[in-house]
Amino acid sequence: MGLSPLEWPVVRQLRTGDRLGRGPAVTSARTRATEPRTSTADRVVQSVCPYCAVGCGQRIFVKDEKVVQIEGDKDSPISRGRLCPKGSASEQLVNSPTRPKQVLYRKPGGTDWEPMDRDRAIDLVVDRFLDTHRRTWVDRDEQGRRLRRTMGIASLGGATLDNEENYLIKKLFTAAGAIQIENQARI
Amino acid sequence: MAECHPVGFQWVTEAKARGATVIHVDPRFTRTSAVADLHLPIRAGTDIVFLGALINHVISTESYFHDYVVAYTNAATLVHEDFRDTEDLDGLFSGYDGATGHYDTTSWAYQEPEDGAVAKAGGNEHGSSESARSAGEEHGSGGPALEHSVVLRDETLQDPRCVFQILKRHYSRYTPQMVADVCGIPEEDFLKVAKALCDNSGRDKTTMFCYAVGWTQHTVGAQMIRTSAILQLLLGNVGRPGGGIMALRGHASIQGSTDIPTLFNLLPGYLPMPKVGDHETFEDYIASITSKDAKGFWANADAYMVSLMKSWFGEHATKDNNWALDLLPRLTGAHGTYQTTMAMLDDEVEGYFVLGQNPAVGSAHGTLQRDALRHLKWLVVRDLQLVETATFWKDSPEVASGEWRPEDIDTEVFFFPAASHAEKAGTFTQTQRLLQWRHKAVNPPGDAQSELEFFFEVGKRIRARLAGSTEERDRALLAMTWDYPTDAEGEIDPAAVLAEINGRDADGQLLSAYTQMKADGSTSGGCWIYTGVFADGINHAADRVPGRDQNPIAAQWGWAWPANRRVLYNRASADPEGKPWSERKKLIWWDAESGKWTGDDVPDFPPDKDPSFRPEEGTGGPDGIAGDDPFVMMADGKGWLYAPKGMVDGPLPTHYESQESPVHNPLYAVQANPTRVIFERKDNLFAPSPPAPGSDVYPFVFTIARLTEHHTAGGMSRWLPYLSELQPEMFCEVSPELAAERGLENAGWATIVSPRAVIEARVLVTDRMKPLRINGKIVHQIGMPYHWGVGNEAVISGDSANDLLGVVLDANTQIQEGKLGSCDIVAGRRPRGEALDRLLAEYQSRAGVTAATGTQRPHSVDTQGDSH
Repeated sequence: MGLSPLEWPVVRQLRTGDRLGRGPAVTSARTRATEPRTSTADRVVQSVCPYCAVGCGQRIFVKDEKVVQIEGDKDSPISRGRLCPKGSASEQLVNSPTRPKQVLYRKPGGTDWEPMDRDRAIDLVVDRFLDTHRRTWVDRDEQGRRLRRTMGIASLGGATLDNEENYLIKKLFTAAGAIQIENQARI
Repeated sequence: MAECHPVGFQWVTEAKARGATVIHVDPRFTRTSAVADLHLPIRAGTDIVFLGALINHVISTESYFHDYVVAYTNAATLVHEDFRDTEDLDGLFSGYDGATGHYDTTSWAYQEPEDGAVAKAGGNEHGSSESARSAGEEHGSGGPALEHSVVLRDETLQDPRCVFQILKRHYSRYTPQMVADVCGIPEEDFLKVAKALCDNSGRDKTTMFCYAVGWTQHTVGAQMIRTSAILQLLLGNVGRPGGGIMALRGHASIQGSTDIPTLFNLLPGYLPMPKVGDHETFEDYIASITSKDAKGFWANADAYMVSLMKSWFGEHATKDNNWALDLLPRLTGAHGTYQTTMAMLDDEVEGYFVLGQNPAVGSAHGTLQRDALRHLKWLVVRDLQLVETATFWKDSPEVASGEWRPEDIDTEVFFFPAASHAEKAGTFTQTQRLLQWRHKAVNPPGDAQSELEFFFEVGKRIRARLAGSTEERDRALLAMTWDYPTDAEGEIDPAAVLAEINGRDADGQLLSAYTQMKADGSTSGGCWIYTGVFADGINHAADRVPGRDQNPIAAQWGWAWPANRRVLYNRASADPEGKPWSERKKLIWWDAESGKWTGDDVPDFPPDKDPSFRPEEGTGGPDGIAGDDPFVMMADGKGWLYAPKGMVDGPLPTHYESQESPVHNPLYAVQANPTRVIFERKDNLFAPSPPAPGSDVYPFVFTIARLTEHHTAGGMSRWLPYLSELQPEMFCEVSPELAAERGLENAGWATIVSPRAVIEARVLVTDRMKPLRINGKIVHQIGMPYHWGVGNEAVISGDSANDLLGVVLDANTQIQEGKLGSCDIVAGRRPRGEALDRLLAEYQSRAGVTAATGTQRPHSVDTQGDSH
């Protein structure tokens, strides 16, 4: 490709006064045309980092209904725009190629996963829940006192669950008489 | 803190730049130590000696904040004459029962005014019962109940039975010499800390304690935190700006997970789960929590509970069915996550939901955890990635070693992909009780969905299947309210759930404050401490006025419970007359002209209560709070140096050695916490501690912690290439001295053996680990991160440090001793296959380890004197 002598690097350097070759003289047309993902995003959504409990503000940049970047929220009085290595990596958390996108099922004694339709999988879980609930329900203890529970169903949740999620989980399981409902908060 | 809460640490570095002294006490040298003024390596598990010696120093040098201590703490309160201290009983308090390993806590009570009888405060529950239901956790928002608010006080602090004198005596043997002998911290370093602490506390200055919640992971965990609370109260550092005790929680909403708990023992807002027999009627239940004659806002627990039940069961919660208490299940003991693990091993649990959690790697004693999963009939794992808990049947260490075959594992496993934080709206409650709303950025990919949507759907289908059932077991499921509004795609609206949590009045209007809640069934509210998050119909968790446009309190960013108050008990920031202790440390104060409390924060006090107000003696509830009672959630209005109720292992923190320790307890005849929760099983073995024979087989202390670049059991970090590249491999940190002793080479391999497991790690030989001189003997500590696990799905994998742990729990909280244990370390990689089991067994045999090793408790004690 022919390049005008005026565009030769050394001439460019002299022409633009970029004597050390660290400025505009060494940018290509492509570099000059590049824009940060944060400026081309369709929208920015305020969020909160999901890792530790400091609660740093995040700004999630979305383009074409995909998360394209996650940065610190400079408005946050807690974090003032900063994120640690984990918070800074959270775009990978969302867009990880290894995230399974479908429900997987492993039958008893199975040696591998089988994909399963989500609607069917939820139905199968409900089947098992109600079957265990029915068979393991204990209404009263040997002294006739109220127990109203099942010891056949347990749960352990992480502490990245939302308050609203924990609320529904506790309400549903308690109404079902399942009491072994636990959380990372005990660990 | 710099390591695990790096962005929060910016405020520490900023304070340091303005002249603050930063002191770091940690067995490991971390990124925090690197910028601290002073780093003190401490022997893991000895914090009560260190802090107790500071208490002794503050008292013996009269460095405490006298006016604060007399007015705002229970220092002056008299304790019952039957109380005996660990100094009297060689490591036990009065009321100990050797048969159960629990205390009858009756004699720890305050002295009663009239006849000297012991207060039966809120019904005096036995320690064994309190421990089993982890009752201490009910105090997440307020103190334990006292039957009434009348106490005897000696404000000269001279009565030998006043708390101050008991405290002084209790810690008199916690000396700098003892710190050197037990913690391995030289006397001169200890005295530097003591001086800095005293110089930086008082009217003009405050000191802050920050702890990572590893402090909870000891058999004396809750008491370690209590020790720091005592010290802060003595120094007048509670309820004041720049003071307090900061629990640096490790997960985005771990505070929220206890406020609105998915915990066996709690209902939302720290109300207890009902217990069999004791809570048959609503009146019994409330009487066990509080008394209308106790001071403060906890006295209105009946309104909070009725409102919760109205939120859960609507018209089906009536006075006639004990406000739906009749529909709730009952506890019969401890049903925590470790008891549940044991129940799985005993085939008592059929189905298990694991939600964004990875117990195969993250819980203590990984081998036991994975074995428990193998005993289930069905397992539901919901996560962002295929964590080791989901794949234990195909790639666990036990499958890799040939011990298990997938074909022989009968557990049916469902894996559901979860939505990430960016793909759902909702609130996290961060570590300072601040609720922050996250807006949804995008839809979850494929079949991924939020827990909210999943459980809403499961609930709907369960109710549809049960429709028309008259079975008793189905009654509560059909009676609960489950009609949440949905969007165009049929998905539940998270804001509607938060609104239910906030609560409504009889007209359906959102409540603005929990003080509006009533016990007559006319109000609802799913978590009383969160009431106000939707005040005036606005979702205040989503408030986002930039920090730069607000004062440092930043009240218009998110919403803090309770009542958007940012510093708890901030009445203590002013003196008894209501004036700030100093101009420099002012926060709220009494404005006599307007007759109101005012200042930068929302006052944590009845807003128009004059500082000179004194209630008629015996008045309960909020009306019983005197104008100088800053601790409005405590039954006597005071900060508790001494805990007459609420702790199951003693009213004052006392040093016990850990379950596994390299030394004999130098302070008392009692070696380990006598109340610790023990599971004596062949699959849960412990190393002997000195002077028992065999204790030299596992001579070193391992201590487990986190790294900046990873998160807990790795589910949110080991699958990310960036983070995996930054910290690619499991390693252990050893001192050059230990490396020389054991022939370990930097970047080489080491095998670490505990009585539970054998793991391997890369070796980091570093001065960051210091050999400690403990009572004249060198003790080596080995540091390890716990982020790795064995499996095929993550970007990086490695042996799990938590496999080394056994299961032994703090009796207050049922939390595992997860920070430390005893081990040996040798050069080279670990054996594979059967050879691995042989090595484990050979060590156990050499140490003489049996299921009974380390499970002994002291025998009973004569309440008047000697232990037997």
